[in-house]
This record gives sequence, C-alpha cells and structure tokens, in this order.
Amino acid sequence: MTSRVFEVFRRERAGAPMQHAGSVVAPDARFAEIYAREQYGRRGESEALWLVPREAVGEIDEFVDEFDLKYRRVDGYSIKERLREARARAGTSLRDLPGGR
Amino acid sequence: MTSRIDLILTLADDELILGWRNSEWTGIAPFLEEDVAFSSIAQNEIGHARALYELAARELGTDADALAFDRPLDEYRSAPLVELRRLEWARTIARHWLYETADAIRLEALQAADDPELAGIAAKMGREEVYHRIHAEMWIDRLLASQEGRPRLDEALAELWPYALGVLDEDLRPELVRRVEAKLERVMPAVEPIGRDQHEAELAELLEEMTMVRRSAPAGAQW
Amino acid sequence: MDGRTEEFLANVQSGGLVEAGDWMPDEYRARLTKFVEMHANSELMGVLPERDWILRAPTLQRKLALTAKIQDEAGHAQLLYRVVEDLGKPREACLDDLIAGRAKFHNVFHYPTKSWGDVGVIAWLVDAAAIISQKALLKCSYAPYARIMRKICWEESFHILHGRDIVLTLVTGTEGQRELVQEALDRWWKPLMMFHGNPIPAEDDPMVHWRIKSQANEEARQQFLEGYVPEVWELGLTLPDPELRRREDGTWEYTEPDWDELRAVVTGHGPASEERIAFRRLSREDVDWVSRTVLAEAA
Repeated sequence: MTSRVFEVFRRERAGAPMQHAGSVVAPDARFAEIYAREQYGRRGESEALWLVPREAVGEIDEFVDEFDLKYRRVDGYSIKERLREARARAGTSLRDLPGGR
Repeated sequence: MTSRIDLILTLADDELILGWRNSEWTGIAPFLEEDVAFSSIAQNEIGHARALYELAARELGTDADALAFDRPLDEYRSAPLVELRRLEWARTIARHWLYETADAIRLEALQAADDPELAGIAAKMGREEVYHRIHAEMWIDRLLASQEGRPRLDEALAELWPYALGVLDEDLRPELVRRVEAKLERVMPAVEPIGRDQHEAELAELLEEMTMVRRSAPAGAQW
Repeated sequence: MDGRTEEFLANVQSGGLVEAGDWMPDEYRARLTKFVEMHANSELMGVLPERDWILRAPTLQRKLALTAKIQDEAGHAQLLYRVVEDLGKPREACLDDLIAGRAKFHNVFHYPTKSWGDVGVIAWLVDAAAIISQKALLKCSYAPYARIMRKICWEESFHILHGRDIVLTLVTGTEGQRELVQEALDRWWKPLMMFHGNPIPAEDDPMVHWRIKSQANEEARQQFLEGYVPEVWELGLTLPDPELRRREDGTWEYTEPDWDELRAVVTGHGPASEERIAFRRLSREDVDWVSRTVLAEAA
C-alpha cells in the first residue's frame, strides 16, 4: 500500500472520552485532516477528533494473570461472611444504630 | 432590478452552478475519502446559493427554488468559469482553487461594504469557505509537487486563467492576480478576461437537465 | 478441522468476538473478506443508479438531501473497504475485480432508473431492505465490521425518511406525480423481493455457521414485508403480486421469485450490469493518474 492509514478517534460531546471511530487513507496529515473531518464529523456527531498515523499506535493485547491478582480488584474480596460474624459478636445490627436502615 | 439584487443573484448563480458542477463528482472522485470531502464542498455551495436566493426572493416576492430553477437562460448571471462541464481532475482542482481565491476577495469586499445583511451572509459563507480553500490549496501543493500532476495542473491553470479573471469586477482583479502569483511563484499572463457578458453553451445543457424533472409537472407543483 | 479452528468456531458460535489482529481460520477470513467486499462493492455501485438524478433534483432541498445520501454511500464504501483492506485485500485489488466483472454486488444495483419516482422508491424501500440486513450485522462475530455497521445504520436512517418524504410528496401531488411512484414500485418490487436472497435455512448457511451473519434470508424478507407492505398499501399504492397477503399467524405469503434470475443478475447479467460496470471502469481510468501519482508519490 502506497499511502498512509490514519486512525481516527472522536469525542462525541464535551466531557466524553475519545473513542476509536475508524480510519482514513490519505497521502499526508493535511489530507487526512480534511478527510477525517468529513468522514467522521460532517453531521456534527463529533466535537473533536484525534488523528494518529497507524504506525504510531502501539498495541498490548496480552495480560498475564498466572498467580491470582484478584487482591487488586473488588472481586478479590468476599467480606459477607466475616461481616456477619463480626456483627454477631458485637451484638449489633444496622437497624438499631442511629440513622440506621 | 436594483444593483443590490443583481449582486446577490450574481453570487447565488455562481455558487449554484459551481455546486451543481462539483456535485457531478459524487461517487466517482479519484478516491473514496476525496469523494466524501468534495461532495461536502458541493453541498456547501448549494447551501450558500439557497441562502442568497432566499434573501433575493424576499424582495422579489418569489421563492428560492423559483429563482434557482425557473428563470430563462439569459437571466442567469453566472461566470463562464463555473459553467464548464465536469472537468477532469486537474482542471477541477484548478477551477476550484481559482474560484475559491476569487470568491474570498469578493466576500472580503462585501464584508467591508455598508450592507449589514449581505455582510452577515458573506461572513457566514466565508467561515465555510476557509475549509474549501484549505482543501484547494493542499491539492494545488500536492499536484505542483508531483511529476505527473504538475504539467496537468499548469495546463489547466493556463486554460482557466481568463475565466478566473472573469469572475471578478475589474477593480478586484489585481488582487486575484497578486494572490495567484504569490501562490504559484510565477507571473500570470495578461489576458482578456472571459466575463459575465457571455454564457458557455454548456450552461444551456445544464439548465435543460437540472429542470427536467421540475418541468414535468405544471408550475406550482410540489416536489 | 484442527483443534485451533474448532476452538475458534466454538468461540464465535457462543458469541465470541474477533478483532483484526487475532488469529482466524483461513476459511473464516476468506468468507468474511468476500462478504464485506460484496457489501463495499454494493455501496459503491449503489451510487450509480441515483447519481444521474443529482443533476435533475427538482428543488434545492432535494438536491442537497440526494447529494448527501449518495455521499453517505461513498462514505460507507470507504468504511467497508477499510475493513477489507485490514483483512488483507487492498482496495485497488477490490476495484480491479469489480470493474473486471469478477466481483459481486447487490442485485438491486443492476437495474436502471427511469424517473424521479425511482429516487423516492430506492431511498425508501431499497434502503429499508438494506437496513434490515445491516442491523442484523451489528451482531457479527467480526467486531471491526459490527462497529462500523453502527455508523452505517445511523446514517442510513435518514435515507429512508428522505425517500418516504419524496414518495409522500408525489402521492399527494398531481395525478402524473402519483403515477411516477406507482410505476417505479411496479418495476422495483421484483428486485426488492429478491434482495434478501433465496430462503436457505440458517443451519445450511455457512455465513450463519461462522456467525458472520446471524439472520436467515427469509427472516429478513419477512421483516421487510411486515414493516413496509402496510406502509405502501396505506398510501393507496399497489404492489404487483396477486399472492401477496399476511396470514393469520403473521407470516407473509408471496409469489416465489425466480432464483435463477437472481443468480444471473448478481453475476453480471442484469439489465444495467454491463453499463454500470463500464461506467465505473471509465470513471476509474479518468482519475487513475491521480491515485497513481498523488498517493504513490506520497509514500
């Protein structure tokens, strides 16, 4: 392929994240800007675009989790049982506390 | 007819006919990304024509479509530059750039003139045409830098130069010469402008085709 | 089938998604490429029947809307050829195959247009038929294709309205204008009934097997009939099929289209196939130097 692929990211509205929208083929960055503006924004569906030459995109698509990394996430914690036990030992219930449910 | 209406219709006819001509590339431009971009430019031009016709129609007691479609050939004020039939790509780019350059000069003059309504429309048109000029100039640069593109573009510019001069009134022409020469870095030949006192034969064919459906029902029919 | 392919198949069949860089079996890549390429070709060739009417649109508003619709089709072809290119087949190769008559495109784009009525009927009903297939492709196992389908479906929803608006204006106009719609419907009905393909059962369809498609042909056609026949009839327009009726159970009956004719049409033997391919070839020759120099010299 002789010309360049530019990846296009778009922000749909203020505050929204940039999301991948697609790509354009263009001889250079100037052409790519004009082409992306029309292909991904001509209906006012974008409030900003990023253009990135494809070769500038680095990809990581492998995430190793061999030794149980769940302690870094919420699903690594199961406190229900221990909470019940702790409450039983203290003889409390949420309902009895001030502001309780 | 006042000279103000005359001026509005001149601008509108140029935008209409050029928009119609440029829309002939829809679906067959050199590559698909360009197809989408060039079609937007054609649509903008027709949108400008519509806004201008609406302005004139209010004073003439008619509507924009009637002005765009229903006038006799000799009442159109378009410049011969925009009337030429779909040209091959180097000529399309040459016309596009020459027209946008001339149009910018004309719109700047309007914005400076003492007619707030017209100045307002000119300013709005100008904001869209900035992108048309960026588009035209990037193509000019690209073709000038290309071994095969440059001779094609040069030939097209030479052929269309008298037409381009014909877009503007005499007092604005020196500015066009200045801008074109600055961009091309060479002196343009002094030639007789091909102005609005004549129409290209291709305009008659275009009007015939563009009104074909509209004429097939009695006047006043909705489409 | 080797183990890796079996695993891939099980994954896509159970809803798994595939990205451009992922490994995929050759058969999947080949079928997918061919399918998306045909879709891209259809968008590109779909420009041509309507293109003639860009110059003849009867009002400024119609001119703008029609140009914008055709622009969208060129834009969709761009999005789809990008998917094909990332699957390994360059756009230039696709266009070479198309103008040599080696590639397929949808049956409806092999027919001529004759009046402004066609512009309304195409934008309304051909686009309606297309959007039914395209919506089903939102669930395609190949994620890059499914993603651009969202943009395509969003843009095409305006096409149907534009078409319906033209049709409504014509049927409420003069007798002659109304006749434009009826005459166009009479010509377009047969191609429309063939649009979704022969009623091959989903379990025999290799495209469904790989979850490239998820909707059976007949299911799409029934959805089209259910959605649009009542809308046509309510305008007092007729459809040229005496068998057409809705059964108690909601299934539509219709005269079986001639599937051999469909096969002939999509392989380049439709009434306008040759002319359209020739036009595409000539217009490509005209601008060949541009892509050759501008794109090549940029590299």
